[in-house]
Amino acid sequence: MAAGPYSEKVMDHFMNPRNVGEIDGADGVGEVGNPACGDMMRLYLKIDGGTVVDAKFRTFGCGAAIASSSMLTEMIKGKTVEEARAISNQHVADALDGLPAVKIHCSVMAEQAVKSALDDYDKKHAV
Amino acid sequence: MTKAFFDHISTTPLDPRVFEAMRPYFLDRYGNPSSHIHDQGQAALRAVDQARSEVASLIGAKAGEIVFSSGATESNNLAVLGAAEGAGAGKRHVVVSDVEHFSVMNALIPLRNAGYEVTILPVDRNGVVDPDAVRKALRADTALLSVMHANAEIGTIEPIGPIGRIAKEAGVTFHVDATASAGHLPLDVREIPADLVTLSAHNFYGPKGAGALYIREGTKVAPRSFGGFQEMGYRAGTENVPAVVGMGAAAILAKSEMGAWAEHLSRLGKTLWDGLAAIPMLHYTGHPAERLPGHVSFWVEHVEGESLLLFLNMKGVMAASGSACSSNLRGHDEEDLVASPVLRAIGVPTDICTGSITFSLGKGNTADEVRLALDAMPGIVERLRAMSPTYLDYQKQQGKGG
Ligand code: FES
Repeated sequence: MAAGPYSEKVMDHFMNPRNVGEIDGADGVGEVGNPACGDMMRLYLKIDGGTVVDAKFRTFGCGAAIASSSMLTEMIKGKTVEEARAISNQHVADALDGLPAVKIHCSVMAEQAVKSALDDYDKKHAV
Repeated sequence: MTKAFFDHISTTPLDPRVFEAMRPYFLDRYGNPSSHIHDQGQAALRAVDQARSEVASLIGAKAGEIVFSSGATESNNLAVLGAAEGAGAGKRHVVVSDVEHFSVMNALIPLRNAGYEVTILPVDRNGVVDPDAVRKALRADTALLSVMHANAEIGTIEPIGPIGRIAKEAGVTFHVDATASAGHLPLDVREIPADLVTLSAHNFYGPKGAGALYIREGTKVAPRSFGGFQEMGYRAGTENVPAVVGMGAAAILAKSEMGAWAEHLSRLGKTLWDGLAAIPMLHYTGHPAERLPGHVSFWVEHVEGESLLLFLNMKGVMAASGSACSSNLRGHDEEDLVASPVLRAIGVPTDICTGSITFSLGKGNTADEVRLALDAMPGIVERLRAMSPTYLDYQKQQGKGG
């Protein structure tokens, strides 16, 4: 059901977010905050043989932020680390059938969260 | 599904009796009040005049002191800009409270650009303006003081009586934005020395697009729009006759029924207020007692406002976040996301300011509807907290810290 300014996809991911939670012993954890609105996203990745095999998140934020987090976790599962790093906020927004202009920055949090989680992964695995 | 509308502070539904009063002025009595040589024009003119007396009677004013406008925004603009200019060359200072509506605050921009000095009065953590601070702020060159009657976002009622007397002693024009309170709280300009009062029809079960500015006899206000001589020259343009008639009818209803409405709203509001207290880490905003009847505002730790409102809407409960006009997502720039200035003014942390919720009840709401909201809230809060990283950290801290 679409509500207000959001697409049906956004509302679906907002109402039924996929992959909420944490991963014990995650290979990469990323956390980003949005200073404009005080919202926050934390992303956990399990990476095996250079591939993202699991992703979970916790987000404090608006409908767009929660939907972006949920969509992001769906998008990166099964992707290689390089492919995951290439995901932009635009990809996330497109996959959600778009976001209101004023909410684009919420999808930017998702992009930053993957990058931050992968940086963490690199740090942990740089031997 | 039961639906509960708890966003009356943004607008109230039109009372059907008001609609009936308006109907003939759309279809049968379509005359232009300025063209009153013939029957149609005269009927319109009479209707506008009658509405003027009706709106005047709501606040104890004389009919000739009521200027109709398109709503609160236009009235506030006319009050601030018109009074500043009307005060004359030697008066270049304006004083407003920190919790005024955008239509007062943003009207200060052209004044500042024109070289006026502006003093913004702080409020305490309940959102109340201190009359002593007003006394200190007023100067010999102050053209205008503007303090609202009640705040839409946090419900707080300001001490406009004492503040008005201070303004009067100082000889400063006093504007009261009564958008949120008119028709709900008694306000009589024979007792409160306000020189300008803003009223909005759709906030008391009248039509949208109708407002008024009370201008006390003798107050100098420069016009803001130019054209014909409608509305005593303050506001040119053909009157929106059906809306004006509706505003008059709504004023009459409010005058006779506001006591009963307030009683009903206070009772329901108390049930809502008390029921919400069961939610842990919920903080009420605004003054605990001196507030609009049926107005409940709060924020919840670890729960973001918009997400809460979207879930509530799914359950049929319609409430609002922050001030009604800044919670819309249709804007095209990020400025729309800035934390509510009102919450900042009362000292709520910035990262919380986008998370405030306002439930504003109306005369049509029922106890069942309040129940619906109270039943929905705990589950939604729990669900959003379960998703929140800040709540996870909080729980871990609690576990460790004991
Ligand atoms: S408004 Fe903060 S992330 Fe959407």
